[in-house]
Amino acid sequence: MITLLFLGRLADLAGTAERQVPAPLDWPGLLAMLDPALAAEAAGDRVRLAVNGAVLADKSTLQVADGAEIALLPPVSGG
Amino acid sequence: MTGESAGADMIGGSAEADMAGESAAADLQASADIRLLDGAFCVGEALDGFAVTHPQAGGIASFTGKVRPGEGLEALELSHYGPLTLPGMEALAADTLARWTLDGLLIWHRTGLMRPGEPIVLVAAAARHRRDAFLAADFAMDHLKSDAWFWKREQRADGWHWIEPREQDHADLARWRTGD
Repeated sequence: MITLLFLGRLADLAGTAERQVPAPLDWPGLLAMLDPALAAEAAGDRVRLAVNGAVLADKSTLQVADGAEIALLPPVSGG
Repeated sequence: MTGESAGADMIGGSAEADMAGESAAADLQASADIRLLDGAFCVGEALDGFAVTHPQAGGIASFTGKVRPGEGLEALELSHYGPLTLPGMEALAADTLARWTLDGLLIWHRTGLMRPGEPIVLVAAAARHRRDAFLAADFAMDHLKSDAWFWKREQRADGWHWIEPREQDHADLARWRTGD
């Protein structure tokens, strides 16, 4: 299985902070796993992906196997 | 008051030259205090400790960010992502230490639930000269505000609202990119 983590407001959109999905998974496969509103948000320029703690330069290159953790990262705000 | 004087400048010049051979990694270990905190902290105690740790500094500039009271705000919650947030803060510290001549740098950032008036973030820079300290603290804060792995939401009477950086926060961050 693959763990999807939804950070920030994406957790509200997903209705959960964490979800398990079957492996393997690529970018079109990930989008197909998400509700349309969340998929549209995830596909936008402002949402980044991290795989096992490393941010992807290009989301469309996503290719993960069993045991991976994918974090969906919306725009940040701290301080 | 700061410890700056013409005499200190000259002593500082030779001391800095002597230390130039130390590795950057050792410098970061010795001079940076970077923490992600899930409970309240005391700004005064943090700054007292920082000053004791860096007695050679000519001055310390600090910024404390607090949950801004008013406007119906009941609570603020900061979430983070473990694999990215603290490593990102450490990378920011290394970048800050590389850009200015500092004796020490402290970056403490809260996560979790906070009430109005509570501190969220503390940045302190200790340096031989004030300009380095002011600029380093300013640089670190601008990056924490809109280029660090935190997500912030505010609770008001009508529920929770996610907060995104303002245009001004992005403009503040862009100021530092012109010199790259």
